[in-house]
Amino acid sequence: MDSAPSRLTPVTARTIEQVFRTEAGRALATLIRLLNDFDLAEDALQEAFAAALQQWPSHGFPANPRAWLVQVGRHRAIDQLRRQQNFERKLPWLVIDAAAITLDFPAEDEPPVADDLLRLIFTCCHPALNLEARVALTLRAVCGLTTESIARAFLVSNETMAQRLVRAKQKIRIAKIPYETPATDQLDARIDDVLAVIYLVFSEGYAVTTGEDLIREDLCTEAIRLARHLISLIPGRTDSQGLLALLLLHDARRAARTTNSGDIVLLEDQDRTLWNQLLIAEGVALVEAALHSPQRISWYAVQAAIAALHVQAPQPALTDWPQIVGLYEVLLRLQPTPVVELNHAVAVSMVDGPATALNLIEALAARGGLSDYHLLPAARADLLRRLDRHAEARDAYLQALALVKLAPERRLLARRLAALDEIPRAN
Amino acid sequence: MQYLLLIYENEAQAANRGQAGMATMMTEYRAFTQGIIQGGQFKAGDALQSTNTATTVKVRDGRTLTTDGPFAETREQLGGYYLIEAKDLDEAMVIAARVPTAKYGSIEVRPVMVFN
Repeated sequence: MDSAPSRLTPVTARTIEQVFRTEAGRALATLIRLLNDFDLAEDALQEAFAAALQQWPSHGFPANPRAWLVQVGRHRAIDQLRRQQNFERKLPWLVIDAAAITLDFPAEDEPPVADDLLRLIFTCCHPALNLEARVALTLRAVCGLTTESIARAFLVSNETMAQRLVRAKQKIRIAKIPYETPATDQLDARIDDVLAVIYLVFSEGYAVTTGEDLIREDLCTEAIRLARHLISLIPGRTDSQGLLALLLLHDARRAARTTNSGDIVLLEDQDRTLWNQLLIAEGVALVEAALHSPQRISWYAVQAAIAALHVQAPQPALTDWPQIVGLYEVLLRLQPTPVVELNHAVAVSMVDGPATALNLIEALAARGGLSDYHLLPAARADLLRRLDRHAEARDAYLQALALVKLAPERRLLARRLAALDEIPRAN
Repeated sequence: MQYLLLIYENEAQAANRGQAGMATMMTEYRAFTQGIIQGGQFKAGDALQSTNTATTVKVRDGRTLTTDGPFAETREQLGGYYLIEAKDLDEAMVIAARVPTAKYGSIEVRPVMVFN
């Protein structure tokens, strides 16, 4: 996956861009260690990339593009520091920290490159940064996405995103967030932080938006790439394996989830031949390994197990709902959130019928959980419809429509409401 | 690298701690302070009198304005501080988590600015 381009790969701006995207995270990670400065390393990598665009088309791809980028980036950074020192010598009152600038970098690009990437991931996902900043910084520094594409994916202006990145890097520098892998006693919590960032990147990409938006698919791909990186760097952990499984099993259904016009296709209506069986096989194998491991059971692995049961059913009627209910009960013990409660209730409706599920949902609503989440009245509406209580179902769909934010979800609810009106009244 | 640990706590709740609770807290603080002195991280530290003894002073247009009480009304009030030496934010965070008040209130970790 991270292999060097073959001699036969045509050297174009596009293929160079691809190589760059594959190597950027690792190259930046090594440059940060060599230069001991996030911003300087980023500038250096940008310059190295510019040099690659100039030189590679005539010279061909270097044997080891990453080493090339690191080498050229390091030289550019040294040049920049020399210029800066000269400048400061001329203007002594501007000297801030000249003594601290060192030009003697380690001569060789020595082996701990994998550790570099891990250090970078942990730095970008440090709990002292707010979640938005962690996500943005990870996509920028580890995945090599441009500020513009991250801004577009998160629907904020370029300036807002640039500011967010600048502030995050400032905090790393000023508060001295270490560029290190965490101590063993903190590893579990810190990996949780990294997984949360990866999950958020994926969810952001997976949220159905109007029309085709390749940037958002990009986010899903990047999240999966990040999870794979993490697993290759710290193998044998069921939490990260569970997360990767969950992402793969969701991603496997990507092509079937929407129509060409961007409408949502519900799980039970999806064309199962469009599901990606390779991703499913990989996801299912990971789930099974995670569930049979003696390690502490992870939230992501249980979620993945539920997704696995859904995609393994050859047709909706053959879904193993009793086991899904059981898994939701495990989730409720691990992390009792209102969203899990709601999903549990929906699963219960498939085993014990809609009336039992409706009681669970009404109890959840009575406790004030999810009061502004459209899926609660939407789920209530579906249950009421199944109970032939059409007038109440209608009201619930209207409540859901008042809360829904995304256009495709609004259209789905409107379709369900319209279908309700077509059903002949039983009473 | 120096960090200031600002200790915030709800004063009203702290006042209701009772004699036994107060004694426990003092023991915990003595142990914590001894720990960071021995670890070489302690630079300074004090507890503060409550905010009803606070006075806020500001100068506007050359006039000194004095008001009774703290600058901002908040749920938790500044009750004390430690100035510590730490390798990086991770070490500072670990020390902050050991401050006894971290269990009830919150500890704000602020890097100290260095002027050359």
